[in-house]
Amino acid sequence: MKRAACVVLVALLLFVPFFTGGTYYTNLASQILISALFALSLNLLVGYAGLTSLGHAGYLGLSAYTCGWLMVNLGWGHLASGAAALAATTVMAGIFGLIALRASGISFLMITLALGQILWGLAYRWTSVTGGDNGISGLTRPAPFGINLGDANNFYYFTLLVFLAVWAAIAVWVRSPFGASIRGTKDQPRRMSALGFNVWLIRWITFVASGFLGAVAGLMYVYYHQFISPHSLSLANSAEMLLMVIAGGAGTLSGPVVGAALVVLLKNVASAYIDRWIMLLGFVFIFIVMFVPGGIVAGVARLRRPTLTKGQAAVMHAAAPLGPTPPKETL
Amino acid sequence: MSFWLIQSLNSLALGGVLFTLAAGFSLIFGLMRIANLSHGAYFMFGAYIGLAMLDRGYNFGVAVLVAGLAVGLLGGIVERFVLRRLAGNSLSQVLATLGVAFVIADGSLWLWGGDPRPVNAPALLSGGVQLLGLTFPLYRLAVVVFSAVIGLGLWLLLDKTKLGVMIRASVDDRQMAQGIGVPASKLFTIVFCLGAALAGVGGVIAAPILSVYPGLDADMLPLALVVVILGGLGSLAGAFVGSFLIGFIYSFGQVLFPDLAYIILFLPMVVILAVRPRGLFGRITA
Repeated sequence: MKRAACVVLVALLLFVPFFTGGTYYTNLASQILISALFALSLNLLVGYAGLTSLGHAGYLGLSAYTCGWLMVNLGWGHLASGAAALAATTVMAGIFGLIALRASGISFLMITLALGQILWGLAYRWTSVTGGDNGISGLTRPAPFGINLGDANNFYYFTLLVFLAVWAAIAVWVRSPFGASIRGTKDQPRRMSALGFNVWLIRWITFVASGFLGAVAGLMYVYYHQFISPHSLSLANSAEMLLMVIAGGAGTLSGPVVGAALVVLLKNVASAYIDRWIMLLGFVFIFIVMFVPGGIVAGVARLRRPTLTKGQAAVMHAAAPLGPTPPKETL
Repeated sequence: MSFWLIQSLNSLALGGVLFTLAAGFSLIFGLMRIANLSHGAYFMFGAYIGLAMLDRGYNFGVAVLVAGLAVGLLGGIVERFVLRRLAGNSLSQVLATLGVAFVIADGSLWLWGGDPRPVNAPALLSGGVQLLGLTFPLYRLAVVVFSAVIGLGLWLLLDKTKLGVMIRASVDDRQMAQGIGVPASKLFTIVFCLGAALAGVGGVIAAPILSVYPGLDADMLPLALVVVILGGLGSLAGAFVGSFLIGFIYSFGQVLFPDLAYIILFLPMVVILAVRPRGLFGRITA
């Protein structure tokens, strides 16, 4: 049943460019997929490891700036600059992990916020390298096997390919024994530690993986926009990504994708009428946190079926990291 | 020599501003165990309200007072109607304060526009003082004195009054304090209002130094975070020492390494986290 739904969904995604009737909606679909990549990568930390990060836009920025700078200033090719961006961002995630994982819970959130703001400050103020407020422009999209990605449809398929690959990788990963141990460190860190698991290392690996996938998403982002400015690294952007995860349902595979679609569509629709997106973002944030703490995916499931089977209850428990839970053990 | 002296005064003034911001943040964290991510927005909102009062011809003292009261009231509303409903769930509360921060920040942009607005120091305090053959801006000296007075006032409040005893008891052991009849609910509102009001006052005080602009909130929030991570959460002494430390590091960093000042600012945080994760004066860990 679930498998069939997946096949139908992928088939639908394949045909998106045929019924959008123009590049505008195809591009919108690409934007949703790219945002979903960010949300999926952040969800590894927030949903599965129980570590709420507010610095995820930093990876977007680092990856995009590295790629853009190498391409524009040193004339590197797409393959080399892309690989360098991924490598640099992953290394940075490793270092940030060393710092941020000195804490958990709200301290972790505060530290990731501060670290994200460092990168933002760097992008904004280190004008000689980053171009300051003007950012870096003039990069081009890659052309794998001679396929022109400047075309909206081609770029959509390229993004879809990356998205499906990342989605499948995450699905396999979180269902693996290692994925189970990640969830274990979220719910019962002390018991996991007593069982001989290295809680810190498990969290660090998840942190770095999340950073790496964030870098992949950052590359897609900069290829799509062909421009990067400090604006993309702002706290509001990190919060937007977190909102996607929470609104959809943290700790689920489909939640972040649903959340990303919702936030991107809302942003596009709203900005057609008002230019107060940040304020709307704030209100939506408060609304979701107060009234739909488990996310929409779990919320819809609850509406559809008032009585739950045991398996669904377990899923919903996993999907509700923000609901009132009994005090957790900390480590 | 004169460079170092003048810069030191600037550092002290920035430290004083940071203290008004971080003291409230730290108190709120100590009592409610939440990081109030709208604190930077309260600071900026206070600055804008102060500016609006000055524009209408009121004097600086009135502007400070009104901004403090208005932002304190706003904090009380947020605490009562948003945070209260999420009681017992710190992470949701923190995320809600982030939402509040965006609403306030964008609302300020809407009301007061996107241009940076310079603010004049009050006439009485503009000008300079001659000292050791150097001219020091009087206003910055006044800011240092003012923040010292605030620090003293907070210390007296926490150390010498019954309210302070209750707050300290709740910071140290909330359940025990509630068990012996400390009205935690009322304390939460009082401390949240107080913290927000301090941030609002800090915003007006800082306005002649930093000026007022959209994005001021995003600039100040990380500074407050670094100060309390450095000094230790829930500790007034920690907020005090951390503020002046960061004041010095930031001011000198900006002059000596203008491009990288922002990174230098975070180095002490990294060092402290590596060596002593609870901060210099911290007793609690989150």
